[in-house]
Amino acid sequence: MNRHVLRYLGWRLLQSLVVIAIVIVGSFMLLHLVPGDMVDILGGQRGDMDAELMAILRARYGLDQPMLVQLFHYVTGVLQGDLGYSYRNQTDVLSLILQRLPATILLVVCSVIVAVFLGTMAGVIAARHVHRPIDVIISMVVLVFYATPVFMTGLGLVIVFSVKLKLLPVGGLFTPGVDMTTLQLVANVAKHMVLPVLSLSLFYIAIYARLARASMLQVLSQDYIRTAYAKGLGTTHVIIGHALRNALLPVVTMVGLQIAELFGGAVLTETIFSLPGVGRLAYDAVFERDYPLILGVLLVCSFVIILVNLIIDFVYTLLDPRVEVSR
Amino acid sequence: MISASPAPLLDVEGLSILLKEKKRPDVAAVDDVSFSVAPGETLALVGESGAGKSLTALALMRLLPKTLGVAAKRITLDGRDLTAPSDNEIRAIRGSVMAMIFQDPLSSLNPVLTVERQLVEAIRLHEPISKADARRRALELLEMVRIPAAATRLAEYPHRLSGGMRQRVMIAMALAGRPKLILADEPTTALDVTISGQIIDLLMELQRDLGLGMLFITHDLHVVRTVAHRVAVMYSGRIVETGTVDEVFATPRHPYTEGLIQARPHGSFAVDGHRLREINGTVPVPAARPSGCAFEPRCARAEADCRAQVPPLVPDNDEGRAFACFHPLQERVA
Repeated sequence: MNRHVLRYLGWRLLQSLVVIAIVIVGSFMLLHLVPGDMVDILGGQRGDMDAELMAILRARYGLDQPMLVQLFHYVTGVLQGDLGYSYRNQTDVLSLILQRLPATILLVVCSVIVAVFLGTMAGVIAARHVHRPIDVIISMVVLVFYATPVFMTGLGLVIVFSVKLKLLPVGGLFTPGVDMTTLQLVANVAKHMVLPVLSLSLFYIAIYARLARASMLQVLSQDYIRTAYAKGLGTTHVIIGHALRNALLPVVTMVGLQIAELFGGAVLTETIFSLPGVGRLAYDAVFERDYPLILGVLLVCSFVIILVNLIIDFVYTLLDPRVEVSR
Repeated sequence: MISASPAPLLDVEGLSILLKEKKRPDVAAVDDVSFSVAPGETLALVGESGAGKSLTALALMRLLPKTLGVAAKRITLDGRDLTAPSDNEIRAIRGSVMAMIFQDPLSSLNPVLTVERQLVEAIRLHEPISKADARRRALELLEMVRIPAAATRLAEYPHRLSGGMRQRVMIAMALAGRPKLILADEPTTALDVTISGQIIDLLMELQRDLGLGMLFITHDLHVVRTVAHRVAVMYSGRIVETGTVDEVFATPRHPYTEGLIQARPHGSFAVDGHRLREINGTVPVPAARPSGCAFEPRCARAEADCRAQVPPLVPDNDEGRAFACFHPLQERVA
C-alpha cells in the first residue's frame, strides 16, 4: 500500500461517512413524516390503553420530545454503537440485526459469486460461438431467467426440487434439533442454501450473461486480440488470457451497482425460504411499524453496500491499471 | 514470377482475397497478387488507402475476419507450404517464423497486462524455457530495441509508455519468437515524424543484424526509399508495378507510379514554387472496379484497350522489374 492508495482510502471513507450521515438523517425524517407513532399503534392494537398510559409510554421512549431532539438522541446513540431499542422484540436493535445478518450475507455473497461466475461463463461461451446455435440457446435460456420474477423462480424450484424430487429442504437455514459436527453443519447449511441462492441468482445470471457476451464481443474486435493471435496463441488462450480480464470490467461495475438491488431481492428470497435473515426482519418490522428496527436495518444495509462498493472500486483498480488511484 | 534472389524466404503466387457476400458474387479485394521476399531483403508494398496492402499482410498471417476468404495458387514460407494451412500449422508459424508489427501500438498492446507479461508470453510460446530465463530474454529484447531503463519498463503497463516506446515494445514482441520474416504494417504511421525516423532506423538495423526478411507496408514513398530494396506498387487490389526501389523511382513505367512520385513533396519544403501534382479522382472500391485497367478512369494515357481488358503484369527485365500497363511511360535514356 503506497501513499496514494492510503490517501484514496481516506478520501473514500470520508465520502462514505457523509453518505451514511445523509442516510441516517434522511430515513429518520422520513419515518417521522408517517402519521402516528409506536404508541398509537400499540394502543390501536390493544384497544384498552388510556391517554395517561400512552403519555407515560411516550415519555419512557422519548417520543414526547421534539423531532430534532429525538434525532439528536438517535445520532449520538448510533455514534456509540447503539441503534435503539425494538419495542416489539424487546431487545436492542443492533443485536437483533447482528443475529440475522450472517444468513443474509451468506445468501447475498453466494448469489453474487454464483451469478458472476455462471453469468460470465455463459456470456463468454455465447460470444465465442456468436450467432451459432449454442449462442442462440444461451441467449434464449437467459432471457427466460431474466423475465421470471424471483418469487416465481423460488416457488418453482421448491415445487420441483423439494416437494416432487425431495432432494433439497423446503426452507430454513439448517435442520433444527439435530446434533451435528461442524462439518455436518456446514454441509447442512450448504444444502439449505442451494435453492435460495439459485432463485436469487438466476435473474442476475441473466444480466451478467448478457453483459459479458456484449462486452466480450466488443473486446474480441480489439487490435490487441489480433496481436495475441499474431503471437501464435490459440483461441482459448486468447479468450482467457487476453480478452476475459478486459471483458470483466463492465461486469464488475454492474456488481457494484446491483448490490443494493440484491439486498432487496434477499427480502423476497428469505421470505419464500423462511431464512432468518435481515430481509425478513425488515419485512416484519415494516408490518409491525417497528421504527427503530426499520431505521437500524436501513443503516446497517447502507453501511454494507457502501463497504462492498469500496471493495469493488479496489478490485477495479486491480483489474484495470489505467484507472489510476487519485485524489 | 517476380523473384530476384535464388531462394526466396517468402514466395506468394496468385494471392486473392475475396469479400464473401451472401446475395452478390464474391468481390476480390485483392486480386491475383504475386511477390516474393528474400532473406535479408525488404520489399515495400506501397499504395493509397484501400489498395489492399494491409489485407495482403493479414492474409499471410491468416488473421482476416471470416467474411474475407483467402485463395492462393501457392504460398511458401521458409520451405513450408502455406497455401492452405490448418489452424495448427498457421499457429506454429505465427510469431515464430513470421511476425507482424501493427500500425497503432497503443491499441495493439493489451492495456491490462504489463510489458513483461506480454513479452514473456510471446517468448515462452515458442521456446520451452523457464519464466526466469524468459524474463531475462525479455529484458534483452527491450535492450535490443533500445528502450532506456529497460528493467523498469518491464513492469509498466502500455498506457504509461510513449508512442515510440510502445512501438519498440511491439517490435521486441515480434522478435520474441526469433522470426525470419517481419510483416510491418505501417509501423510508423501513428507516430511523430522524429519518432518515426528512429523506429525506421531501428527496424533497418535489426533487419541487417538478424538477417530478417521484411514486408514493409506504407503509403510514404520517402520511407520506401529509406528502408526497402524492392518495391511493389499496389492499386485497387493489384500490383501495377514492381522492381528495385532505385529503378522504379528513377524510371517509373506505370502512370500510377509516376503519379505517386509526383504527388510527393521534393526537397525540404515546396518553396521553389513547384506545385505538387495530385492524381485526380479516388481509388475505386473493389466492387465498382472497372472491367479493364483499374487506374484507367484516372489515367491521362488511357485508350480504348485499357477499358477492354486488365493489363497483365509483364516482366520487363531479368531483375524482377515488371509493370501492368498497355501504354507505359517510356524509359528515360540516361
